[in-house]
Amino acid sequence: MVILIFTEATLFAILLTSYFFIRFQSGPVWPPDGIKKPELTVVAIMTPILLLSSGPMHWADVSIRKGRVRWLKLGLLLTFLMGATFLTLQGFEYHKTLEEFTPRTNVYGSLFFTITGFHGAHVGVGLLMNLWLQFNAWRGRFSAADHLPVEVVSLYWHFVDAVWVFILVVLYLSPHVWP
Amino acid sequence: MAISLAARLEQIWEEKPGLGSWLDTVDHKRIGKRYCYTAFVFFLVAGIEAMLMRAQLARPDETLIGPKAFNELFSMHGITMIFFFVTPMLFGFGNYFVPLMIGARDMAFPRLNAFGYWVFLFAGLFMYSSFLIGEAPNNGWFNYVPFSDKHFTPSLSPDFYTLGLLFLALSTTVGSINFIVTIFKLRAPGMSISRMPLFVWAILATSFAVIFALPSLTAANVMLELDRRFGFHFFDPSRGGDVVLWQHLFWIFGHPDVYIIFLPAVGIVSAIIPVFARRSIIGYVFLALATMATAIVGFGVWVHHMFAVGLPNLAMTFFSAASLLITIPSAVQIFAWLATLIAGKPVLRTPLLFILGFLFIFVMGGVTGVMFAAVPFDQQITDSYFVVAHFHYVLFGGAVFPIFAAIHYWVPKMYGRMMDEGLGKLAFWLMFIGFNLTFFPMHIAGLLGMPRRIYTYHAGLGWDLWNLLSTIGGFVLGLGILVVIVNFMKSVRTGAVAGPDPWGGETLEWATTSPPPPYNFLEIPTVRSAEPVWDQPELRDTGHAVHGRQPVLVGHETLGTSVMDADAESVIPMPHGSYVPVATACGLAGIFAGLLTGIVAVTAIAVGIAVTATLFWFRVREEEEPGPSVVVGVAP
Repeated sequence: MVILIFTEATLFAILLTSYFFIRFQSGPVWPPDGIKKPELTVVAIMTPILLLSSGPMHWADVSIRKGRVRWLKLGLLLTFLMGATFLTLQGFEYHKTLEEFTPRTNVYGSLFFTITGFHGAHVGVGLLMNLWLQFNAWRGRFSAADHLPVEVVSLYWHFVDAVWVFILVVLYLSPHVWP
Repeated sequence: MAISLAARLEQIWEEKPGLGSWLDTVDHKRIGKRYCYTAFVFFLVAGIEAMLMRAQLARPDETLIGPKAFNELFSMHGITMIFFFVTPMLFGFGNYFVPLMIGARDMAFPRLNAFGYWVFLFAGLFMYSSFLIGEAPNNGWFNYVPFSDKHFTPSLSPDFYTLGLLFLALSTTVGSINFIVTIFKLRAPGMSISRMPLFVWAILATSFAVIFALPSLTAANVMLELDRRFGFHFFDPSRGGDVVLWQHLFWIFGHPDVYIIFLPAVGIVSAIIPVFARRSIIGYVFLALATMATAIVGFGVWVHHMFAVGLPNLAMTFFSAASLLITIPSAVQIFAWLATLIAGKPVLRTPLLFILGFLFIFVMGGVTGVMFAAVPFDQQITDSYFVVAHFHYVLFGGAVFPIFAAIHYWVPKMYGRMMDEGLGKLAFWLMFIGFNLTFFPMHIAGLLGMPRRIYTYHAGLGWDLWNLLSTIGGFVLGLGILVVIVNFMKSVRTGAVAGPDPWGGETLEWATTSPPPPYNFLEIPTVRSAEPVWDQPELRDTGHAVHGRQPVLVGHETLGTSVMDADAESVIPMPHGSYVPVATACGLAGIFAGLLTGIVAVTAIAVGIAVTATLFWFRVREEEEPGPSVVVGVAP
C-alpha cells in the first residue's frame, strides 16, 4: 500500500506540475479568458471537514490495536460521514462553477476539473473502503491481533487528506497569491 | 521423515493439471513462464513487422507496402517491442527467478501476480485488436500531439494507444509493487541486503523506477483521452493548452523507461558473468550502487529527447550535463564486468557468448549516446536513421542480447534440459552478424541525411546500398532467432538432462532441482554468503535431507524476514489458486473495451464484473486451515 501511495502521489505531482507548466506558458492573466479567481467560501468549509476526518480514522486505527471494536465502528462511521459531507459540498461547488466555465471552456477548466475530480474519485474510493471496513467490523472480523486492513485504509485516507492540501494551495490559493 | 516432508509439501503445493488450474494458478514459476511465452510471441510479431518494413525499404521506390500500413508497422513495432516484449519478458524472468534467488516459496502477493499477467495479456490483445478494424496506432510509439489529436487523427487508432497503455500500466505497476515487497520481506534468513544477488538488485531498482516513472505516462494518456473524447483542451493551443506538455510528460516516463528496460538486462549480465568467469564478481558494491544511481539519474535526462524542440538554453545545458553524467555508472559496470572476465578463467559457452556480444554492441551504442548528449550534434542528426541505429544498438544490444543469454542460461533450470551448444553458437553468430549488418549501415544512411519513418525514398540519394545491406542483415538476424526457437523446441524434449546445477552457479536457484518443485525448496535455506551455493556446500544437496539448521515450513507458507538484515520475523500464509484474478482482469478488459467503443452497456456490465470480482478478492475468509506451521532451527 505504501508503494501504491508513492505511485499515486507521483501521479498527483505530475498533474500539479502540468498545471504550473500550462500556467507559466500562458499569458500574464490567470485564470485566462475572463474566468474569475476561484471562490474560497465553500472550500473554507470543505477543507477543515476533510482534514479533521483524519482524526476519527486515526482514532479507529488506534482503538482496534487495543481491541476496542466499538470505538473502531464509531470512528469509521464518523470518518465516513465527514468524507461524504466533503464530497457533497464538492458537488455543490461544481454545480456553481459549471455555470461559469466547464472542462471544455479552455485549458484552465480542463485542469481544474480533472485535478479536483481525480481527487474526488480518490475520496470516493476511500469511502467505499471505509464501508467495507464497517461491514466487516460489524461482523466482528477485526481484533487487536488482526487488523491490518484498518491500518491500510487509514494510511490511504491520510494520504487523500494530505493531497488535498496541495490541491488547495495550487488550484485555489495560488491564483490569488500570484496575480 | 525427510521423504514424508517432501511428500507433504508436494501434496500441499501441487496444482493439479487441467483447464481449471490453468486459469487459477498463482505459482510464480508458471506465471513467469507465461510472461516469457507471451512476451516472446509479441517479440516475433514485432519482428515480422520489422521484416516487412525492411522488405519495403530494400530498394528505392518500392511499392510493397503503402504509407498508411508503413506508419502502422513502425508504430506497432515500437509499441510492441518496448511495452509488450522487453519489459514483460524481463518481468517473466524476474517472476521465475527472484523468489528462487532469494530462497522464498513464492512472490509476496501470488494472486496479484496472476492478475498482472492476465492484464498484460488482455492489454496486448486489446492493442492488437486494432488491426482487425484496420485502425492500428500509426503516430509512432510516442504518439505526439498534435498528430494524435482528434483533428488530425479522427479514427480510433490513438484511442487504442492511450487506453491500451493505461490498461497495461496496471499490470506493470502491480508487478513492480509485488517485486519490491517480495525482495524486501521474503529473503531467506541471513541474506542481508549486502548479500542480495545483483539480478535481484536490478529488479529492485527497475521496480522503483516504474513506480515513479509510469504515472507520468498515465497522466499524459488520461489527458489525451479526455481531449479526444470529451473535448478537454490540455494539448489544444487555441484554448491555452500546450503540445509540448505531451512531450515532457511522455519523456519524463520515456527515458526512465529506457533504464527500466536496460537495468534487468544488466542484472542478467551480472548473474551470468561470474558463473562463466569462474570467480566472484569484482566490485559487487559498485555494481549495486551503479544500478541504483542509473535508476535515479535516469529521471534527469528526459529533455535530451527534445533538444530540437526549441527549449531555453539553460534547460538544455542542464540536461546535456545529466546525460553525460549517466554514462559514468554504465562505465563502472562495464569495467567491473571486464575486470571479472580478465581476472577469471572464462568458459566460452553460449550464454557467455551472448554476453560478450552485448558488451561489444552496447559500448558501440554508448559511444553514439555520448554524441547525442552534445546539443549541437543532436540537433543536426535528430530524427534521422542515425538515431534509429543508436537506439537499436542500445536496446537490442543492451536488452535483447542479455535476454537471449538468459534463455540459454536459464532454460536448463526451467525445463531440466540443456540447450544444444552447437545450435546455440550458430544462433549467436547469425544474430551478431545479422544485427551489425542491419544497424551499422543505418548510422551511415542517417549521416547521409535519410530521415526515419519514411515509407520509401527515391534512387540516387546515395542511400540505396546501405538500405539493401540493412535489409539483408535483418533477414540474417531473423534466421538467427529462428535457430534459437528450433533449438528450444528440440532441447526441451530431447536435450541432455541438466541436473540441479549444470553451470556451477553461485545463487540459490541452483540449490534446488531442475525444474524446481512447486514449493521451490524443501527447507528455506539459511544464507551466510553472497555466493551461497559456492560457499555453503550443504546447500548443494538439493534438499533431500533435513539438516536441522534450516527453517522448515511444513504448511502453505513462506518465511517473512526483516528488510535490511533478513532476520526471520514471521511465517506468512500463502493463498491458494483462485479464479478471482482472471475474473477481475476480464472485467477490466471489458471496461476498456466499453470506453473504446463508447457503448455504455458494455462498460456498465464490465464494471459490475470487476467490482464483484474485487469483492470476492477481499472477501474475508473464516480462518483458513490452521496448518501446524513448525519453524525448526531459525538461525539467530
